Amino acid sequence: MIDLYETKTSSANQAVGQRISLAHGGGGQLTDELVASCVLPRLDNCVLSQLLDSALFRGAERLALTIDSYVVKPLKFPGGDIGRLAICGTVNDLAVCGATPLAIALSLILTEGLERRVLEEVMDSLAAAALEARVSIVTGDTKVVGRGQGDGIYITTAGVGAAGTHKLHPDEVRPGDALIVSGPIADHGMAVMLAREMPQVQSVLKSDVAPLNEMIERLLERVPGVVFLRDPTRGGLSGVVADLANRTGLHITLEEQDIPIRPETWHVADMLGVDPLDVANEGKILAVVRPDAAEAALAALRQDAHGKDARIIGQVNDARDGVCELHTKMGGRRVLQKPYGEQLPRIC
Amino acid sequence: MNLAPALETPSATEESLRRLRDAAATLGRPAKFMEVCGTHTMSAFRSGLHSLMPNNVTLLSGPGCPVCVTSQGDIDQLIELARRPGITLCTYGDMLRVMGSEGSLEQARGEGADVRVVYSSLDAVALAAADRHRNVVFAAVGFETTTPASAAAVEQARQLGLENFSILASHKLIIPAMRALLESGDVRVDGFMCPGHVSVIIGAAAFEPIVRQYHKPCVIAGFEGPQIAAALARLTELVSQGRPALENLYSQAVTEEGNLAAQAITDRVFMPADWHWRGLGELKGSGLTLRPEYAQYDARVRFSLGTPQGKEAPGCRCGEVITGRVTPVECTLFGTACTPVRAIGPCMVSSEGTCQAWFKYKRLTKTAKTRSVARD
Repeated sequence: MIDLYETKTSSANQAVGQRISLAHGGGGQLTDELVASCVLPRLDNCVLSQLLDSALFRGAERLALTIDSYVVKPLKFPGGDIGRLAICGTVNDLAVCGATPLAIALSLILTEGLERRVLEEVMDSLAAAALEARVSIVTGDTKVVGRGQGDGIYITTAGVGAAGTHKLHPDEVRPGDALIVSGPIADHGMAVMLAREMPQVQSVLKSDVAPLNEMIERLLERVPGVVFLRDPTRGGLSGVVADLANRTGLHITLEEQDIPIRPETWHVADMLGVDPLDVANEGKILAVVRPDAAEAALAALRQDAHGKDARIIGQVNDARDGVCELHTKMGGRRVLQKPYGEQLPRIC
Repeated sequence: MNLAPALETPSATEESLRRLRDAAATLGRPAKFMEVCGTHTMSAFRSGLHSLMPNNVTLLSGPGCPVCVTSQGDIDQLIELARRPGITLCTYGDMLRVMGSEGSLEQARGEGADVRVVYSSLDAVALAAADRHRNVVFAAVGFETTTPASAAAVEQARQLGLENFSILASHKLIIPAMRALLESGDVRVDGFMCPGHVSVIIGAAAFEPIVRQYHKPCVIAGFEGPQIAAALARLTELVSQGRPALENLYSQAVTEEGNLAAQAITDRVFMPADWHWRGLGELKGSGLTLRPEYAQYDARVRFSLGTPQGKEAPGCRCGEVITGRVTPVECTLFGTACTPVRAIGPCMVSSEGTCQAWFKYKRLTKTAKTRSVARD
């Protein structure tokens, strides 16, 4: 396996570690490093250390538990807002672990001076998303911080779900398995980036934020050959697939020409100098399925509005190098790596 | 932004690659070409072009990434300004992580400096107009493509009567850099793949002197992998035929004389100056500085900064990388002390930098080749 992170830090670089920078929240390698060095050592247990999207543990029955914070800016963007995002993100984290969402705990951190109307709109949208996902918010908490200490609304949602019987885990992934993406990538990240950085630009681009539990339940019910699911949020498809290659130690190949992307999304990514493979999705899943189950999985996904454009995009190979390789449209080859951190648009 | 739909078809790409292989075989000796455009660097790697090239053809990445050629002295001045109270520093995103001699703008921001990422120079002007008590400084970096936008920002600030807006200019010109490379003698390049964006502004004719004086073919290329493949094939053909010529394969966007309005606004606001490039040192007439009548918008004048010092990070070989004298793997820092997560040199920081492109995309080309050889 390639060791990407061996470092001989210079004195200047050590200073990077003394303070939290925005890049630490980017969901990339820097986030991994921060979690691994500051969070896991203090809180580690056999459930948390699996680092799955939901924790699976034994309580009164087999449960799944997950938590996520939402700090998106702007609060409202084409296709959704922070309220819808806060429900869908948490519901999807439960669903990709094979759990049926049961209940959500909600924490709001509001900034002094926030317009009541804005909060009401966000709560309306949050409630509608919860209805769509058939999940209840069962407990919550609200705090307000002073002007300048927050940024409008921050939301944290914790979700608990009933764990399914389906074993979904990187350890289940084997050579020959097929990789499926449930639809066009990068819509959420590009819609938000465009709304934040270039609000004057008109585009038909919309976030894909949606609860996927119904689609996933149908998939798992009908297709026993599904072995792993993940929602490619921050870090995008590259992040999820590079992680999977790294974690399984297997060689994964993706076919660029088979990866669905909308023209408008491609144009915005091109304009902002961002690789769409690195960009967040909030309404898509990556599924790894046994080769003989691939067609059945596609059929099951395509029955759902959120999965109608599902495609097989790659496969797991038997080489044991932990590398994810992209076969480009031109017929070339390159490595896909987990993106670094905060997406920085380029100069020209 | 599909400006060359004809080139997007797989058959056109296959045709380019076939011509490239044929010309390379006819040539029968190694040929080194250089692109001088960060977008070409990234696109060549992203499309996997390097894995498709004949063994005797190499595409080097020259000084075409604006971040990579910005000297540490320029970065130090930006950081110094950003740390001063009452100053908001606006920058394009790529500059954020480049290390000066003590830290980066990103670190300065983490320590409380007001550093903001903008997508347009006019966003910085708007910020200054919205709060006239705040001193807004725009980090004006880039080649001929971004210079007109910086000039427009200065003119707009003058029209709005803004006394709180200034720019710290580190703009550079590509032709003097190409000349410097050719005249340095220790860089052997058989021809140049000329940048699409820059050529839109300066026009195809600007590369004539390179062809005439140095007898190197120049081919202007668009940005997609297939367009780069076509340009590379053409360059190899020209060399194998012994014809140093200038050809424009991006005529959809690039005209002979370029964008005259953009040239005019640049010329009104800026004038050429000797400038320090990372890796190339001080090059005569290679940079742009504000004309005296715009001195009040010059952050170096307003905040008494003086001329930036040409310093380089110890051990970092970015300078040799961007002049094509070494490949990134020949630098001892590459992939060990210097990675995209903790970058030391600017070529590793910028998403268009040669080192980051090598780090991100090149590894497989090697392992894959090794593997296919082993299998054969």
